[in-house]
Amino acid sequence: MTDMKHTAFFPLSRRAALKGLGAGASLLAMPWIVRAQTSDVIKIGFPMPLTGPFAAEAKDQVKSAQLAVQQINDKGGVVGRKVELLVRDDKLNAGEAATRALELIENDKVNAIVGALSSAIQLATNEVTRARGMLYISISQSDSINEVKDFSKYTFHEALNPTMTTAAVAKHTFKMGARVAYLCADYAYGHEMLRGFKRAGDAIGAVTVGEILHPIGAPDYSTFIPRISAMSPDILCICNFGRDQANSIKQAVDFGLKDRMKIVVPVILHNQRLAVGPDVFEGVIGGSNYYWGMEDTVPSAKVFNDAFRATHGGATPTDYGAYGYTGVMSLLLAMQAAGGTVTDKMVASLEGLKYDVAKGPQYYRKCDHQSVQSVLVLESKKKAEMKSDLDFFKILATEPASESVLRSCAELGLPT
Amino acid sequence: MDFSLIAMQLFSGIALGAILVMAALGLSIIFGMLGVVNFSHGAMFMVGAYAGLWVASLTGSFWWGLFVAPIAIGMFGMAVEFLLIRPLYGRSVDDPLLLTFGLGYVLVEAVRIVFGSDGIPFPTPSQLRGVVNLGIGYFPIYRLFVVGVVGAILLALWLLLGKTKFGLIVRAGARDPQIMRVLGVDIGKVWLLVFGLGVGLTALGGVLAAPMRTVNPEMGSLVLAEAFVVTVIGGMGSLVGSVVAGLLVGIAVSMTALIAPEMAQIVMFALMALVLLIRPQGLFGKSGVQA
Repeated sequence: MTDMKHTAFFPLSRRAALKGLGAGASLLAMPWIVRAQTSDVIKIGFPMPLTGPFAAEAKDQVKSAQLAVQQINDKGGVVGRKVELLVRDDKLNAGEAATRALELIENDKVNAIVGALSSAIQLATNEVTRARGMLYISISQSDSINEVKDFSKYTFHEALNPTMTTAAVAKHTFKMGARVAYLCADYAYGHEMLRGFKRAGDAIGAVTVGEILHPIGAPDYSTFIPRISAMSPDILCICNFGRDQANSIKQAVDFGLKDRMKIVVPVILHNQRLAVGPDVFEGVIGGSNYYWGMEDTVPSAKVFNDAFRATHGGATPTDYGAYGYTGVMSLLLAMQAAGGTVTDKMVASLEGLKYDVAKGPQYYRKCDHQSVQSVLVLESKKKAEMKSDLDFFKILATEPASESVLRSCAELGLPT
Repeated sequence: MDFSLIAMQLFSGIALGAILVMAALGLSIIFGMLGVVNFSHGAMFMVGAYAGLWVASLTGSFWWGLFVAPIAIGMFGMAVEFLLIRPLYGRSVDDPLLLTFGLGYVLVEAVRIVFGSDGIPFPTPSQLRGVVNLGIGYFPIYRLFVVGVVGAILLALWLLLGKTKFGLIVRAGARDPQIMRVLGVDIGKVWLLVFGLGVGLTALGGVLAAPMRTVNPEMGSLVLAEAFVVTVIGGMGSLVGSVVAGLLVGIAVSMTALIAPEMAQIVMFALMALVLLIRPQGLFGKSGVQA
C-alpha cells in the first residue's frame, strides 16, 4: 500500500505500474476480506433524512445513536460482539427510504434497522422491514404504525405518538369553549396531529373554528394568514415539522397573529427555536419527548447529557436527538437480554424490556409495541428569562408514563 | 366569504408575486441576454442570504448587509462568468447548464461546511418590524418594504436597459453578438457585466427573503423551481414576462390557498403546464427564438 501511495502520482515505469496495479487490485479486494473476517459484528441500519427540511433534527439523531453504540462498544459490545451503526440518507423521500432499507437488509445484512424521521417515510421503511421480517425501531411520531393496518410484529415505536402528545398539550392549553384554528402540513404527521388535537379538544369542550392544510416544505405562509385571521380563534395550532415549523411560526408572528391568539404546536422543536430566536418563539407552547433541562429532576437525563457533552465537545442533546439514543439503546439492551441477534428472541426481549436511559422509565406495550413514556409540555422562554444560551424552555408539566393516554389496543384493532 | 377577506387574499398574492418576481429576475436576465440557463441560481440566492447575514452581523446593521452582499456576490458572479462560463460560449447550451448545475452543489456544500446545516436566525430589521392596518386586514411592514424595493429595482432596470446606451448595447448583443463585434463593441465585457448584474439581483433577492424565512443551506432549492416556473410562464428571457408571470403566479397561489390550501404549491406548476400547452413560448416570449 505504501508503494502505491508513492508511485501513483509520479510518472511510472512499467514495472512500477504493474506493482501499483497489483496493490490496487488487492486494495479493491480488501473489503471482502474484511467482511469475511468480521461477520461477527452486529450491524444496525440507520436511515435518516440527512438532507432536506428535517436535516438538523436528523443529524442530532445520528449523533445520539452513535453515542449509544460507542458506549456499548466501550463496555465490550453486545455479548462480546462489536456493534456498528450504518448511517444512510433517505432524503425524506419514500422511494429512497424503501431502497435504502432494502440495501441495508440485502447488501449490508444488517441485524436490525432503527430510524426514519417522518411519519410518512417510516411507513415506507416499515413496509419493507415487515415484508422481510426485519426488526425495526421507529423513532419519529406516528399513530398509524401501531394500528392494525400497518402493524408488524417486528416493528417497535420508540417515539411519542400523536395521540399521547396532543392529549398532553391540549390538557394544558385548551379550555372549555376555546376557539381553535388549525394550520397543518398536508401529510401523515399533520393529519395525525390534527386528529389527535380534535379528539382531545372534543373531550375538553373546545370548538374547532377551521382547518387549513398546507403543502409540506412550503416556504411562504402569507397566503394562509388572511383566512386564519378571519376565523378569529383563541388558539392557533400549527402542526408541522422541521423548517416548516420555523417558517410558519415566524411568519404568523410577522403578521401579528401572536398578539391576537395563542400559538400552540404539538411538538416544539429545539433546533427550530434555535433557528429563529427567542423573540419569535416567546410564549409558544408545545409537547416534547425530551428537554435537556430535565436533568435537574431526572437522574438518567443528567447521565445522558453529561455523556453527550463529553463526546460532542460540550454540545447539548436535543429532543429528536434523544430519540436516536433511547431508540438504539433500547435495541442494544434487548439484544443483550436476548443473548444475540435472533430476531424472534430480540422481539420477545423488547416486549419485556423496562428501560430508563435518558428520560425516566419507559417500556414497550406488548400488544402494539408503542413505547409508554412521559410527555413534556414546554413553553418557550422570553429572552430576559433565559439563564443560558440554551435555556430555551420552561417545563410547564410532565405527563407521567401511562397507558391511559394511549388508545387501547382494541381501539387500534389489535388483539390485547 | 366576505369582501375584505378576498381583498386581503388578493393583496397577499400580489405581495407574494413581487417576492417571486425578485426571485426570478436574475435567472431571466442572464438567460435573456446571454442564453445561459443558470442552474446555480437557487444556490446564489442562498449564498446571498448568508452573505447578507454575515455582513449584517459584522456591522450590526441589516442595511449594510442589504447593500454590500449583492455587490460582493455580483462580483463573485462575474468571476464565475470569466473563469468558468466564458470558455463554454459557442458550445452546446447544455455545457453551461451542466456547469452551473454542479456549481450549485458546490456552493450548497461549501455553505454547509462553513455555517453548518442548521438554520440561522435573521431577525427583521427593527425599523421595519410590526404590522400596519390596511383597512382590510393587518400586513407586516417588512413585506410592504420588500414590495417597494422590488418596484424600485424594476424601475431602475427598465431605465438601465431601455433608456441608456449600455442598455441598447445589451439588447442588441442579445439579438446578434456577431454584428456587435463587427461594430467594435467588446461584447465579452458586456456579458461579464450582465452576468454580474443577474447574480447580484439574485443575491439581493436572497437578502430580502432572509428575514421572512430562516436562513439555511437548502433555502435556494425551491427558489430555483419557482424562478423557473415564473420565467417559463413569462417567456424565457422576457423581463416584462417575468414581472407579469410573477404577479400572476402569486395571485394564483394566494387564491388557491383560500379555496383549496393543500393545492397552493402545485397550482404554479399546473399553471406552467397550461401555459406550455397553449402558448409554448410563454406569455411574452417570441416564438421560434432559439436558446
